[in-house]
Amino acid sequence: MKIHILIAALVISIPADFVQAESAAVDSLLQNYAAQGAATADAERGKRMWEEKFNRDGEFPERSCASCHTQDLTRTGIHVKTNKEIKPMTPSVNPKRLTDSKKIEKWFKRNCKWTLGRECTALEKADFLAYINKPS
Amino acid sequence: MKATLAVTAVIFTLGFVTIPVVWSDGDFRWKEMEEYEHRSTDVAAVENPVYKEECGSCHMAYPPGLLPARSWTKMMAGLEDHFGDDAELDPDTHKAIIRFLVENSADQSDYRRSRKFSQSIGSNDAPIRISDTSYFRHEHDEIPDRMVTGNTKVKNISQCDACHTDAERGAFNEHDIYIPGYGRWDD
Repeated sequence: MKIHILIAALVISIPADFVQAESAAVDSLLQNYAAQGAATADAERGKRMWEEKFNRDGEFPERSCASCHTQDLTRTGIHVKTNKEIKPMTPSVNPKRLTDSKKIEKWFKRNCKWTLGRECTALEKADFLAYINKPS
Repeated sequence: MKATLAVTAVIFTLGFVTIPVVWSDGDFRWKEMEEYEHRSTDVAAVENPVYKEECGSCHMAYPPGLLPARSWTKMMAGLEDHFGDDAELDPDTHKAIIRFLVENSADQSDYRRSRKFSQSIGSNDAPIRISDTSYFRHEHDEIPDRMVTGNTKVKNISQCDACHTDAERGAFNEHDIYIPGYGRWDD
């Protein structure tokens, strides 16, 4: 009997841990960004910027987040240059997303530089997080 | 009676011990032969998880045995403009990856194809594109552009794994070539 309760408790606690771990990384980043002045994360603004096209030089003169990730965050993307598949961005489809804050910051840095030609501001990153976490 | 029991016990024990030994020895030889064949024809497989994660997210994790150490060092010195992309790493990861690349580079490897790459590059040259080496060009000179740049499933000669189906395991021999839209390639 006791074992059954134990197993039931374990099974119930696994998904709970998942959800917690997922929001923990996002929460801590949002707190960081808030400390830098970005108090309100807006998913709508994040979506608009995700789809915005930026004019750049070189091989890819028009760049956007959607160039590689597509406009549908539940879909698999394709890297425009290397053709490599990129797994879906939103955690509801790909639970590994947004679970590691170091990784999130690494990709923000690289991909904002490629797409916009500069690093993103705290507010832009907060908006992106809100959008990726729950795309509308 | 006791003696018979003892002998039976000994025979049983020997049997139990020797059978698995003989079998596993067979497996071991088989693996060893595969390893030898791979070594004598190809390049070493990529087995470093940090390298796979950090470099293999955007493109195929190219086996380090495809370029000499001086090429990898040069490439790793310019990650902020990595073929037009920003691929900067934190200092610890950067150091770990350079070490892995150098230790497994073409000039440190005794794999046959790594030797070929290494020998095809002048000692003063440090190409940072695998496709710029003369061995690579020689091996691909019969492939028409329509199968590569004109092929939406390939797009670029640098997507090794578009046609070399086992590229990350270091297998580049002819049996493992399948050109999307065209089928098997036989020299």
